[in-house]
Amino acid sequence: MKNLVILGAGTAGTVMANHLVKKLSVKEWQITVIDQDPRHFYQPGFLFIPFDMYNEKQVTREKASFIPKKCNFILSEVDNIDAEKNVVNIKSGKKKINYDILIIATGSRIVPEEVEGLAGSSYYKNIFDFYTIDGAVKLRQFLQTFTKGKLVLNIAEIPIKCPVAPLEFVFLADWFFTKKGVRENIDLTFVTPLSDAFTKEKTAAVLSTLLNHKNINIVTDFSISKVDSDEKQIVSFDEKNVEYDLLVTIPTNMGSSVIERSGLGDDLEFVPTHRSTLQSKEHDNIFVIGDATDLPTSKAGSVAHFEAEILTENILRYINNLELKEEYDGHANCFIESGFGKGFLIDFNYDVEPVPGKFPFPVIGPMSLLKESKLNHWGKLAFRWIYWYVMLKGLPIPGITATMSTKGKQID
Amino acid sequence: MAELKLGKYTVETGEDGYMTNPDQWNKEIAEEIAKQENIKELTPDHWNVIEFLQKDYKEKGSIPTIRRLKKVGGIDTKELYKLFPEGPVKKAARIAGLPKPKSCV
Ligand SMILES: Cc1cc2nc3c(=O)[nH]c(=O)nc-3n(C[C@H](O)[C@H](O)[C@H](O)COP(=O)(O)OP(=O)(O)OC[C@H]3O[C@@H](n4cnc5c(N)ncnc54)[C@H](O)[C@@H]3O)c2cc1C
Repeated sequence: MKNLVILGAGTAGTVMANHLVKKLSVKEWQITVIDQDPRHFYQPGFLFIPFDMYNEKQVTREKASFIPKKCNFILSEVDNIDAEKNVVNIKSGKKKINYDILIIATGSRIVPEEVEGLAGSSYYKNIFDFYTIDGAVKLRQFLQTFTKGKLVLNIAEIPIKCPVAPLEFVFLADWFFTKKGVRENIDLTFVTPLSDAFTKEKTAAVLSTLLNHKNINIVTDFSISKVDSDEKQIVSFDEKNVEYDLLVTIPTNMGSSVIERSGLGDDLEFVPTHRSTLQSKEHDNIFVIGDATDLPTSKAGSVAHFEAEILTENILRYINNLELKEEYDGHANCFIESGFGKGFLIDFNYDVEPVPGKFPFPVIGPMSLLKESKLNHWGKLAFRWIYWYVMLKGLPIPGITATMSTKGKQID
Repeated sequence: MAELKLGKYTVETGEDGYMTNPDQWNKEIAEEIAKQENIKELTPDHWNVIEFLQKDYKEKGSIPTIRRLKKVGGIDTKELYKLFPEGPVKKAARIAGLPKPKSCV
């Protein structure tokens, strides 16, 4: 009996378990899945919690219920990976688990401690994140009584998972305060280390116009050095400062601490990964998927979904001693909530930035790319159901392929 | 493809003003680019950063981030901003004759 071990049962690990259980012979392979948390979160839903559009229950399910019965599911923190010995050490019972093939799907997490003064006593008083369930829920409480002052959203460092989420947050905040009738008393400012609203040029242009239109200030090229919570201001390395009453932070995103303990990561503890095969650069029998990789594409659930198809194929090839397929192209697909019941949709890969057009089918769409529409908003809301019932099970989504299609797109 | 006249030299650059042919780079050219970036003089501290960028780029094939400059190159971030104000890595990379750093997604 051989062992295939999956570390992390979030989006990517769960999809992989569901794919592989259908492809590997149960007589030959034992699939083991390990995660430290019994709860599976629909993380895209965290965005809506502060504005009371979703509650905790709607974004939380039991992890075990998504793991196929034929897999061995272990609830424990992984202490480290000993890649030389092909062993994973887990904390519970101090057990050793041998592997023939390892899939790292441990995601990324926020680390507020990386910015001086951020993780101090004001955290969860007037400083909040919404990238964790705790942060999102506490921020909801705070927003209930916040009716005037300066709301500053700051991205500490890039890359971050779901790079559009911070923009969506300020768009939704604008809508939220407008509905409450207090928008004119609230100063909204988006502070980013980038030189523009977003990393992709055409999308940035569209979104900057929208920020402007919604009267949301933007401060670019702001590389945060510290939070001065006494003076209620954030300070950059070149000594610019922005004052806040409420600071919504996207702290530094890093790979899991197990990557650090195993010495397998880069400066941010993301695992160096081959960009089109998803094999680890250092160890042939280790594969990496989802937010845990160092690939230059978005850290998004859609990416994990596309990667999973290609990785499944490559695992089978690896087992059969065939050459790996160099197929993954960085395909990502994201809805962007823009407030007032509308949204955008963008679709891109390593080489082709988001452009206008129709999706997933040319001409008929029904979704519009890089254009605001009500349908895109409904698409985003429907995505929660697709996530639980289609995506996690590794089922195909009609019309959407793992590699990017240029059909229906206006490419110059 | 464009050309840029720098003192007595003419170098090939992309549309973004970053050099495209590393063989054309030399220290005098670096001084000239620095002036365009409003840095009057390249001190030993500037050169320390430039040389680290060049060395790391050669080894890794990508421009190091501010975090890496600090962690691996031992260059304090505040100091870095004093040396190359506003977008230090972008500026230093241009002076070092390297491509424009890609910001990831
Ligand atoms: C606010 C927000 C909004 C988002 N919006 C969108 C969106 O609109 N569209 C989209 O496509 N994506 C979105 N995302 C991103 C998406 O949720 C992630 O990209 C996706 O979940 C990545 O999957 P993953 O499996 O790589 O990581 P995760 O789903 O985070 O899973 C990692 C798992 O590893 C486990 N783990 C980590 N370390 C250890 C250890 N040492 N031992 C044991 N277990 C461990 C964790 O418990 C976790 O279950 C959003 C994310 C956030 C935070």
